[in-house]
Amino acid sequence: MEANKNYIVGVFEDEDVLLDAVTTVRNSGVKIHEVYSPFPVHGLETALGYKRSRLPIAAFFFGLTGTTLALTMQIWMLGFDWPMIIGGKNFVSLPPFIPVTFELTVLLAALGMVATFMIVSDMKPYKWPQQFDVRSTDDKHVMAIDLATNSGKTTDDLSSLLKKVGASEVNLKSFE
Amino acid sequence: MAHHQTIVADEQYVYRTETRNKLFILLGVGVALFILGLILAMSGGGDHHGAEHGGGHAETVNTSKLVAGLQDGQQHDTETSSEEDQHEVPAGHHETTYWVKRLFTTLWMNNVFFAGLGIIGLFFIAIQYAAQAGWSAGVLRVPMAMANWIPIAGVLMLVLWFITGHDIFHWTHDYLYKEGATFDPIINKKAPFFFWPGSPGGFPIFYIFRMVLFFGMWYWFFIMIRRNMLAEDLDPSTSYWYKNRVVSTVFLIFFGVSSSIAAWDWVMSIDTHWFSTMFGWYVFASWWVTGLAMITLIVAYLKSAGYLKVVNENHLHDLGKFCFAFSIFWTYIWFGQFLLIYYANIPEESVYFIERITTSPYGWIFYTSLILNFVLPFLLLMTRDAKRQVSMLKVVCPIIIVGHWFDFYNMVTPGVMQLQGGLGFLEIGLSLVFLAVFLLVVLSSLAKHPLVGKNHPMLQESLHHHI
Repeated sequence: MEANKNYIVGVFEDEDVLLDAVTTVRNSGVKIHEVYSPFPVHGLETALGYKRSRLPIAAFFFGLTGTTLALTMQIWMLGFDWPMIIGGKNFVSLPPFIPVTFELTVLLAALGMVATFMIVSDMKPYKWPQQFDVRSTDDKHVMAIDLATNSGKTTDDLSSLLKKVGASEVNLKSFE
Repeated sequence: MAHHQTIVADEQYVYRTETRNKLFILLGVGVALFILGLILAMSGGGDHHGAEHGGGHAETVNTSKLVAGLQDGQQHDTETSSEEDQHEVPAGHHETTYWVKRLFTTLWMNNVFFAGLGIIGLFFIAIQYAAQAGWSAGVLRVPMAMANWIPIAGVLMLVLWFITGHDIFHWTHDYLYKEGATFDPIINKKAPFFFWPGSPGGFPIFYIFRMVLFFGMWYWFFIMIRRNMLAEDLDPSTSYWYKNRVVSTVFLIFFGVSSSIAAWDWVMSIDTHWFSTMFGWYVFASWWVTGLAMITLIVAYLKSAGYLKVVNENHLHDLGKFCFAFSIFWTYIWFGQFLLIYYANIPEESVYFIERITTSPYGWIFYTSLILNFVLPFLLLMTRDAKRQVSMLKVVCPIIIVGHWFDFYNMVTPGVMQLQGGLGFLEIGLSLVFLAVFLLVVLSSLAKHPLVGKNHPMLQESLHHHI
């Protein structure tokens, strides 16, 4: 198995303190592994320097796939495979195909987006997330710093830095 | 990042002479085009307007059919694909000349279109108050300025009705209600809707009553809301906000009914035989998205002129989302109406679309309006960045406004002009005149009051708005 992964974990009480802390910590050259908060904190993703998600682009192409699939399916079924006269319309007439096309576009965009999100976030069945501090699901904000990616800094350095920027407690956490 | 009250400085829009001059130039161009179009229409009758389409649009026009329709003369009864006017018009019945009819049509159409922009200004404010919306607190003065158009549109509508009503609304002809060859049982059944409590074919008391009532009530609600908004500037109390919530809610209930009936009265009753249960929503959807595009456009221009410091890209994003979402909403309503009529294929219903798809110039306008009102806004405003950029909004909003002008053109014109409908300098010129006067009114009212309601209880929330 891999060697233990060691993290230093800062616990914050207030989201405004957390936001300032994230900025200060990053400015001092420390790489933050991840921040967990019990509710969405506005501006956190900007402070963490996250890039914009490319999920909408994926959604667009899933949607486009749905559109194409729906139109191809209906044109092939009603126009070629089993032509039927419905309401005296042409075999291939666009307006009645639109509702199904719309629905399949939305369906594939939604399902595709969920699937992409799950895969990208590594959320799969029987996979348990690493919890740095269970209180991050209740009333505390948690900042995790990976010691391996911050080899220039000692544990004490990071610990005192976290204390300085307002962490109410600082813990060490190891995962196997 | 600690929460704090941000002091919002007073901001005043300065209606500069350069801006006014630009609008007067627009007005001048409009008047010039209008007169040119009028002369062309007068001199050429219907024969010249094929050449007036301009910009190569005429290619898609079903020219032969158009010409055939025109050569069959100005009787306008026999050649129409419409159910309307198929009765024998009594001998000696006065038929208005082509150019007058065309002028009346475009006057009516433009007034309905621009009336919508004013009404939507009020509707937008009312929605924000009723929904207790915070994000929009900084932009509310723009729709407030737009709503100043309501009384002007109301007076114009009433005056225009008395001048143009008889030519535009088939149901005003009294011979439809008299026993004999010209009696129309369908329209006769609808007579109380127009003439009650008077006699059919007389003065449309109920119809005019509704027109006066709607504009009167809308204006009254607007005055109430505006009074509270302006009083709040001088007295930092939340009571005005609570008052406006109540007024807005009552207005929205009234508007839900009145906007639909207004659409039946002013637009749908032109095609008197025809009806669609979707129509009220359809006109509303068109008005609403045009109004949103106009609000967004004015906000975007104010922003790039250095005004509206409380507005940032997050607010533009919301306005952009409004334009994007309601372009799709319009398409949904439009398609909901179209699909049912297309599928049921009942002649008295489908004639409406047959007129609008197979004859010129309505055919190309029909498809153009779908591209301008759905395809382009949908694709151009889809991404997050597009909605947040002033430059993109300045491209898409005019597209939406022009697109819905076409939409209204196709709602109004075919019913009146039948095969002789024209789209040339006359229509374009008059629309520019309306646009210039509308903007003159809106911008001068914008300059009269502070540009931001600095005591709006939601303004702090709006400043911290982040999406």
